[in-house]
Amino acid sequence: MSELVSMPSPGRIPDRDIDKSPILETHHLGIKFGGLVAVDEFNVMIGRTEIAGLIGPNGAGKTTVFNLLTNVYTPTSGTILLDGKDTKGLKTYQINKRGIARTFQNIRLFGQLSVLDNVLIGLHNSIHCSLTSAMLRLPAYWKSEKVARERALELLSIFDMQDLANNEAGSLPYGAQRRLEIVRALATNPSLLLLDEPAAGMNPSETSELMENIRKIRDMFQIAVLLIEHDMNLVMGICEGIIVLNYGRIIAKGPPEEIKTNPTVIEAYLGRKKEG
Amino acid sequence: MNEYKRISPSKRFLINIVLVIIFIVVGTLLTGGDSLSRASRALILQIGIYVILAVSLNIATGYLGQLPLGHAGFMAVGAYSAALFWKATLNMPTPVSIVLGLIIAGLIAAVFGIIIGIPALRLKGDYLAIITLGFGEIIRIAIINLSGITGGTPGLLNVPKYSSFLVVFLCVAATIAAIHFIMHSRHGRAILSIRENEIAADSCGVNLTYYKVLAFAMSAFFAGIAGALYAGFQGSLFPKSFDFMASINILVMVVLGGMGSMLGSVIAATVLTALPLVLQALAAYRMVIYSILLIIVMIFKPSGLLGRYDFSLPGLIEKWMNRKNKPGKEVANE
Repeated sequence: MSELVSMPSPGRIPDRDIDKSPILETHHLGIKFGGLVAVDEFNVMIGRTEIAGLIGPNGAGKTTVFNLLTNVYTPTSGTILLDGKDTKGLKTYQINKRGIARTFQNIRLFGQLSVLDNVLIGLHNSIHCSLTSAMLRLPAYWKSEKVARERALELLSIFDMQDLANNEAGSLPYGAQRRLEIVRALATNPSLLLLDEPAAGMNPSETSELMENIRKIRDMFQIAVLLIEHDMNLVMGICEGIIVLNYGRIIAKGPPEEIKTNPTVIEAYLGRKKEG
Repeated sequence: MNEYKRISPSKRFLINIVLVIIFIVVGTLLTGGDSLSRASRALILQIGIYVILAVSLNIATGYLGQLPLGHAGFMAVGAYSAALFWKATLNMPTPVSIVLGLIIAGLIAAVFGIIIGIPALRLKGDYLAIITLGFGEIIRIAIINLSGITGGTPGLLNVPKYSSFLVVFLCVAATIAAIHFIMHSRHGRAILSIRENEIAADSCGVNLTYYKVLAFAMSAFFAGIAGALYAGFQGSLFPKSFDFMASINILVMVVLGGMGSMLGSVIAATVLTALPLVLQALAAYRMVIYSILLIIVMIFKPSGLLGRYDFSLPGLIEKWMNRKNKPGKEVANE
């Protein structure tokens, strides 16, 4: 047993096309909950247009890393540099304004609002219209709303969802809800997109479509993507770099080929072979 | 299948404006002259005031998703501010004094909303309910003890009776229009997103504290205006009118009508204000009927009479235009 995946990974963007200057750098990032060390010594660098994967067994601390990056949890140690600038002391919404957008493992849409409204809320900080001009319906309101609506529909069309714009977000089928979360995250104009198990609950054909779309998003928006995923076909298929986490520590880092054959990784996933 | 026809947002806006003007003109004509008895005049004014109170509380409960129990406190702040202002400016031209008094009442109440909102909105659910309940009582006790200014328990008397039909109608229309317009802008969507999912709103770049306090301040602002109208309607103010039960009455209207539905609040405020008069013979059982009504609604329609449905004439016209093709589940946009 030397490989994690049976399928050969499909073609990837060659290394020379990947801009290596990092959008995200973390140094000695860690968090303790009381005596429990959830994440420790997390050091990574993610390129500006890189698609990176964060994998590891259940409970390894993957989602905690996302929560640290977006300051849902405040790190107890270490620094996060986003585009070379420290994000210490910024609140979650400010980090979003600086360029990190995310989706959630358990979908968190604004369920009772329309699909369009969900995307418009993502566009919140790019709509410029004061409270007064909204209340008095001044020209600034009409103009900003029109631009925002057009932009929202344009973003929805990435996933071919523009016809669903007036449906209730909570009534969409599961896969569409996951896609809508990605659109909403993209609407905030991020430079780094964090996807938490984007393929969870999707069938193989939906998954391969999702892979295509993640690549398409990276190419279109020229952004970095960091994704948590258990589907190894997807991870090995689109990630240029993979980070493996176990018990809150990085146990391996590197391109997919290396990770697939790394004995520590295999041990973390499958356990050690008994001697004798 | 045919394309689903839509009315553009600006046309919807025009339709709404026409509707508001019709409402004001018809309302003024109907109530003008001597066609109405004194009792029914008083009732209509009272309904108007309670409609403003209910739709203003609906901002905090229905749209923001919090449960404040001190709405009468904001109303009291507005009532006393306006009453004192009006008493001090009797020699000013009346219309100017009325408008300034209303604005001052709203602004002072909004300031109180911000002061109470900043600490209170760090809490959730029942904790927020208790802290706002406490606030409402503090206001009432403060009014009793500041008897030099507010008249204390014996009351503040001889407030000019400025709340004419026109003033109340205009205030009702302006309040509903302003809330509607704000709720359909980026600010309103941000408030709704907090109700739907705080963590997601936060990571979409919505400043939670700002928008919670904004919603609270708006809620207090319009409650303050309603308070001012109440002062101008009664002609005298007593701290007893702003006790805990007053807050609960307003909350009952919002819950009964459907949290998040402006039309629901309007209907419930109308019915529940008129009900005691209709049931005058049974005055002693008013609270019993109230409670039974609430229990029935909560059992059979927990989301309130109208749920989150909001009336939209343009929406109805749109449906009529598209009567031949059936769309999927739609959410009202305007």
